Amino acid sequence: MLKTKTIKPAASGGLLDRRSFLLSGIALSSAYSLKALSASKAGEGRIDTDMPVWAKTPGHNDVEYGLPSEHEKHIKRIQAKNTPETSTFSMWHTPIENQRGIITPNGLHFSVNHNGIPEIDPQQHTLRIHGLVGRPLKFDMESLLRYPMVSAIHFLECAGNTAPNAVSLTALDQDCQELYGQISGAEWSGIPLKYLLKEAGIKPEAKWVIVEGADGGSHARSIPLEKLMDDAIVALYQNGERLRPSQGYPMRLLLPGWEGNTNVKWLTRLEVTDTPAYTKDESGLYSDILDSGEIQRFSFTMDVKSVITHPSGKQTLPDKKGFYEISGLAWSGHGKIKHVEVSADEGKTWAKAHLEGLVLSKSLTRFTIPWRWDGSATTLLSRATDEHGRVQPTRDQWRKKYASYSFNHYNGIQAWHINSDGRVENRYV
Amino acid sequence: MFNKWRAQASIVLLLLLSVFSLPAFTEESITDLGLPLSSLEISKHAITIFPDGSNLPEGQGSVLEGKALYQSKCMMCHGEKGIEGPAARLAGSDGWFSFSDPLRILRIDKNPVLLISVGGLWPHATTIFDYTRRAMPHFAPKSLADNEVYALTAYILYLNGLVHKDLILNKQNLVKVSMPGKERSVVAWPE
Repeated sequence: MLKTKTIKPAASGGLLDRRSFLLSGIALSSAYSLKALSASKAGEGRIDTDMPVWAKTPGHNDVEYGLPSEHEKHIKRIQAKNTPETSTFSMWHTPIENQRGIITPNGLHFSVNHNGIPEIDPQQHTLRIHGLVGRPLKFDMESLLRYPMVSAIHFLECAGNTAPNAVSLTALDQDCQELYGQISGAEWSGIPLKYLLKEAGIKPEAKWVIVEGADGGSHARSIPLEKLMDDAIVALYQNGERLRPSQGYPMRLLLPGWEGNTNVKWLTRLEVTDTPAYTKDESGLYSDILDSGEIQRFSFTMDVKSVITHPSGKQTLPDKKGFYEISGLAWSGHGKIKHVEVSADEGKTWAKAHLEGLVLSKSLTRFTIPWRWDGSATTLLSRATDEHGRVQPTRDQWRKKYASYSFNHYNGIQAWHINSDGRVENRYV
Repeated sequence: MFNKWRAQASIVLLLLLSVFSLPAFTEESITDLGLPLSSLEISKHAITIFPDGSNLPEGQGSVLEGKALYQSKCMMCHGEKGIEGPAARLAGSDGWFSFSDPLRILRIDKNPVLLISVGGLWPHATTIFDYTRRAMPHFAPKSLADNEVYALTAYILYLNGLVHKDLILNKQNLVKVSMPGKERSVVAWPE
């Protein structure tokens, strides 16, 4: 039986104090019911009578490259429909509501490709550095693999993640994958770019670097030298294996905390300059239109943001009331998450969630809070604050800054409405 | 004697200069596996065109030539007037509504990317040349000759009412084209 009396509330709406919840023993106790062994004569009993078939047959051999269980085949990326069907521009969303922890499996990492995915032969791939440098240099894969490497866990988020909530007049009935599927977390390993830039010898007048990919569209972005000399990585590995083609094989630029589009995939050329080039994406698609009508350019950092993934849009809570663990993800391109507050009564009261596992700079951070739903309609919210005191704005606060059709860098507080029948819906509050 | 003194002075000066012209970020590099990159190789790969026109190639193209090219290689994705989509809007203003295009809201409903516009947002005409040359048409990127890229750039500028229909575009007059997106620009970096 559940000893409900000892658990203190953390806020109204059924949010529970995690410490008293853990001490109460509910978290540990589960209903054990040992079936009585069927009667049989001494010595004739067999243990296979109640065992599942897979416990009574030998298993099969393993394979060279493992795949998920047949029963998890439905967990997959989906292609967003709102890209022009005549182009090779495609957006693949990760099922973030199925993820636990802070690492996205490589096959499920989100991917946005403006000119398709090139199939690059690593033996013929070259990284070139030129422009305002003392010695223009080129590197092949063989020599790059000999360089000192670092590993770091970081999120990657497309500037357009959650765009429907930014521009749609009404809250669309969409799930987490549709609304938040352009974010993922991974451990990236590779060479600090500053090693290569130092080897080439940066001239004092250098301020920007035009970074270019080897794809059909030669995707390019102008990146401040300051960022590249700070924490930029030429990533060769993702979660312990070489990059997948859709993530930039054989190498990509990784700019921790900066909008996905600047993390140039299939990295091939770095032109060191004293001025930005105003490439295609920094001229239009990846600029922000402000409320004043001004066009804001080079807004690189992804701001503090969070979303409850369990439960989330279009799911249905299986029991009409009772215990659930609310869980979600928070992140900030400026640094570490300091805390995440959760409300189960549409923002009237808030409680601090538990930050579960690793809390790293510019990384997905998992938060949880125990919740007992009383079965009535309510709305769940989460609000993240980072170590610099940056707090997620409400949707209205965010909207006031931008023109009605500006959709990049949306980080408004997400509201999930819980209907009394348990169905969860995207909602504006 | 005088020459000798001058030679010594210039050596000292050279040494001083080399000290003071040390790159701001330079520390001694611990790695040295990069191979020298020749000027010839750089010139083959340095395709970026800058807003001041640097790196624009020789050549020229007219609005009229651009129109013919546009109709055979671009119109199927960008529409006859550059506003119909489904691919990026090339002409006109950005946003939900436009008096010059009463159907705009329906187009956006089908292709949200049409909310933004090359003619409305892009601050430099050099970017039209740069992107067309490196990435267009989508089905055959880098297949256009420099003269064709000048012609297409001229036609896109003409669709926006930014140049006269008799224009022959080249590296000298391309940088003089004034784009409406430039005046509206604010820069968020450094934060």
